[in-house]
Amino acid sequence: MTDTSAASKPSGPLRDVWVQFRSHKGAMFGLITLSILIVAVMIGPYLWVPEKLSVAQAIKLKNQGPSFRFPLGTDQLGRDMLARMLLAGRISLAVGLVAMGIAIVFGTLIGVLAGYFRRLDGPLMRLTDMFLALPLIPLLLVMVMLFRDRIAGIIGPELGAFTLIVFAIGITSWMATARIVRGEVLTLKEREYVLAARSIGARPNRIILRHILPNVISPVMVAATLGVAEAIITESVLSFLGLGFPPDFPTWGRLLYDGLQYMQVYPERVVWPGLAISLTVLSVNYIGDGLRDALDPRIRGR
Amino acid sequence: MSPALVQVRDLKMHFPIYTGLLRRRTGAVKAVDGVSFDIRAGETLGLVGESGCGKSTVGRALLRLYEPTAGSVVIGGEDIATLSPAALRAKRPMMQMVFQDPQASLNPRMTVQAIISEPLDEQSDWDRDRKQTRVLELMDQVGLNRRFANRYPHEFSGGQRQRIGIARALALSPKFIVCDEPIAALDVSIQAQVVNLLEDLQDNLGLTYLFISHDLSMVRHIADRVAVMYLGRIAELSPRDALYARPLHPYAEALLSAVPEPDPSREGARQRIILQGDVPSPANPPKGCNFCTRCPKVFDRCRVEKPDLVEVEPGRLVACHLYPAITHPSPDQPGGTQATKPTQQGEVQ
Repeated sequence: MTDTSAASKPSGPLRDVWVQFRSHKGAMFGLITLSILIVAVMIGPYLWVPEKLSVAQAIKLKNQGPSFRFPLGTDQLGRDMLARMLLAGRISLAVGLVAMGIAIVFGTLIGVLAGYFRRLDGPLMRLTDMFLALPLIPLLLVMVMLFRDRIAGIIGPELGAFTLIVFAIGITSWMATARIVRGEVLTLKEREYVLAARSIGARPNRIILRHILPNVISPVMVAATLGVAEAIITESVLSFLGLGFPPDFPTWGRLLYDGLQYMQVYPERVVWPGLAISLTVLSVNYIGDGLRDALDPRIRGR
Repeated sequence: MSPALVQVRDLKMHFPIYTGLLRRRTGAVKAVDGVSFDIRAGETLGLVGESGCGKSTVGRALLRLYEPTAGSVVIGGEDIATLSPAALRAKRPMMQMVFQDPQASLNPRMTVQAIISEPLDEQSDWDRDRKQTRVLELMDQVGLNRRFANRYPHEFSGGQRQRIGIARALALSPKFIVCDEPIAALDVSIQAQVVNLLEDLQDNLGLTYLFISHDLSMVRHIADRVAVMYLGRIAELSPRDALYARPLHPYAEALLSAVPEPDPSREGARQRIILQGDVPSPANPPKGCNFCTRCPKVFDRCRVEKPDLVEVEPGRLVACHLYPAITHPSPDQPGGTQATKPTQQGEVQ
């Protein structure tokens, strides 16, 4: 028992997490799929440059099926679908991940504060109720009307639209997370280990960071993975209503809606963006699932 | 005899009840309603009573995990109940707690190493190596294998988990430890191990315990003096042997008559006192003595006047109208006479 060095060196908690994550087949599938998607949309547009067509040529080549010249066919204006899909993925993935990030951070913050500090509970939860009661579409409409031109004037139309949409989606989808987290915190803070930490003299911020947050990670993960899907869909709804990105600016949601009118004649026009959205959502869900398991020492190593 | 390390005077802990649409305060659960006692340095005070009588609340209010409604808790010369948050934090290392449920008192996402060193993280500015050395030292002290330092709580048995909890409580070298039913959730064969560990630690480190339990035999084993609680008040506070040999308060008598006798020939002769009825609600305790609704020896005075906890025999404090207080040269608060008792005892006898 004198051998202290071998016994006490931590084997690296991050390593344990990674080992457990690797053993989760779904999570690895999700990680690989999402990586491929991200890499494709990042460097794809540089590798696959569509040929420049005159308007007359483009009209002749409209609504083509898949071919070597146009691997995913062309749309109703003769534009190359593959190039548009790749470009659209950039926006959709970025919107989905960033909006989810905003919603999760904000929702967790509100939830933890409301759950842990009794005095903040009432005001913060009423705020949450208020946001839940707001009709989403009119709110977004007003936000876009008020701020689009102003933000576009400062950071350019594309980045401006991106910021506005991400912000708008984030600010309108944190409420579910806040409620879940608050409920979880309310039960956790009565646990004896939180009491033990208080009896040691730990300050609330340390208790929250060390005892509360690691234990609310499971519901947050679930909310986060569902949030990505929701954000991508909401973005497409906004674009469809003309509130999102400019019409010539492709996103997966927009491609989906553009294809809807031609669905019976050219179903692949809907299938491609739909497949991309589904794959993203599915892989994010699996990654979240695997992470949740890997972060829980009770499940790890089983 | 050593002076009192902990002096509790008239401690009250009421939890408000809010009802109705406007959340108006309509009453209070009087979980602890005027409790006074002393714990001398190095002794173990057992605190027994049935479920819901306020034992755990006393323990938690003592460490100010709850904000007491009234009363004072003087530990080592400072009143814990009124300390400012900063002063309280500085005082925390002196007093620690061992919890009932070893499963719930350990964060499932932290390793044993992290759990035991948490008090050190909070209260000391030691470097990693020094903390590590201390953690391993503590694990030796409570009989945990050093190789388990990087394991998680769910990998341990109940008894081992309780040892982790004890090691955490010891990390800051406290003087006073509240053991809140530390053995209630353990298997009988493990209970003895944990209690013996607590006794060994007391001998080696000079600890003072408040041992909260409803296991009367275990309290008899570990405690020097025993306080019997009923409905938020102390019914009797006596030295262990005197209490178990001849309980004075009718409730203590009834409670102790429930302890099984290991000797079968004597077990047959054991007279059980079966109390009638239920414990009254602590939100609405009876007007006079708290025990008057169930007491077999009740008489008229009990229903109107609350008895005070007074010294009725040398060293024995009872809250019952049946026993008149012995008169002291200097009338003092109950228990406050403890420090000077030996000389008085000499005079009386």
